[in-house]
Amino acid sequence: MTHDHDHDDHDHSSELSEMQLRVRALETVLTEKGYIDPAALDAIVEACETKIGPRNGAVVVARAWSDPAFKQALLADATRAVGSMGHLNRVGDHLIAVENTPKRHNMIVCTLCSCYPWEVLGLPPVWYKSAPYRSRAVKDPRGVLADFGVTLPKDTEIRVWDSTAETRFIVLPMRPSGTEGWSEERLASLVTRDSMIGTGLPKNAKEAS
Amino acid sequence: MDSVHDMGGMDGFGKVEAEKDEPVFHAPWEGRVLAMQRAMGYAGAWHIDHARFAQERLPPLTYLGVSYYRRWALAMEKNVTERGFVSAAELEAGHAQGPGKALPRKLTLDLVPGLSRSTFYRQQQGPQRFKPGDRVRTKNIHPATHTRLPRYARGKLGTVESCRGCHMYPDSVAIDHGDDPQWLYTVLFEGRELWGLDSDPTLKISIEAFEPYLDPA
Repeated sequence: MTHDHDHDDHDHSSELSEMQLRVRALETVLTEKGYIDPAALDAIVEACETKIGPRNGAVVVARAWSDPAFKQALLADATRAVGSMGHLNRVGDHLIAVENTPKRHNMIVCTLCSCYPWEVLGLPPVWYKSAPYRSRAVKDPRGVLADFGVTLPKDTEIRVWDSTAETRFIVLPMRPSGTEGWSEERLASLVTRDSMIGTGLPKNAKEAS
Repeated sequence: MDSVHDMGGMDGFGKVEAEKDEPVFHAPWEGRVLAMQRAMGYAGAWHIDHARFAQERLPPLTYLGVSYYRRWALAMEKNVTERGFVSAAELEAGHAQGPGKALPRKLTLDLVPGLSRSTFYRQQQGPQRFKPGDRVRTKNIHPATHTRLPRYARGKLGTVESCRGCHMYPDSVAIDHGDDPQWLYTVLFEGRELWGLDSDPTLKISIEAFEPYLDPA
């Protein structure tokens, strides 16, 4: 294909216009062929931009921090536990929650493509899909954590989950100290996206919004 | 296939750089690409592993050199043409030149609010061969087609941690050989088994491994 030239970093504006035209052509053909409905596409884009996102996961984590029975249910079967919260779309059948403890820190990656728990975290950030993260997370996770400004004790086990099938993982981070008696809503404000991927930690009590 | 998409353990890609206040999409066309992929998947035009395999077959320099959603777009162009949904002439012209092929479903606006991830569970074909605690060795396989056993974890000794049920098998689906359902396991490896004695002794890595990837050890 003559228009499939290599992309250069200094070439963003021409990629933009070229890709706008190219993707519009694809959408027009698929629409005219009767395969897709542009109005449905609009709604998917809108949902990605406004409805799905890490706030959904943060609410799940805050509930687990507050309610031991829910936490137990979440770790036993995250699909069912998150489904029971009602306010989220069905999360598919294959969601798994993994718990951080003082002895073990979990980190999620997809070395082969970009598998990510969309239903609870939204679409993945660019870095999660990038070669630096995908290549290093399984071999040098402490180095990756250092890129995010996170240092863990030397004897903490680092457990990396490579998402090589349709199972999807969310990290249940440790509840920050000094948050006794907080409401779930207030706790959720401490839960960052990266803390649910395992490249970050929750905010501490003093950083609460 | 042993291509550049299989990046686990490669060196030289540099630091992980997070973008501050990153938007969901960096340009409107990225959202259209994602939405088209979902709509064609819903319609039954192809499975997710067809989309992955199409990306893996991009020239390595293209795979590494283009943006994420551009890679999706290139793979989608491959799938629509190779699978006979659109001709190359139609893509070039930007208009249909004939009617489309029949598809099982169509994603219309009213269906979007209830849209959720489909299930990958399939009816088992036989008993589970492994149970948690079993020692296993991953096979040393190098198929020229799609597989979800990463290179860094081939021929390695690990332990079955969990069974995740019986799932459609990507290696079969991607080459149109059907669902061929297989048991799926979380298999845990010590860092030193994968990366040698210099590896961080606190490191443990798991993959999600389909039963055909595993031998008893």
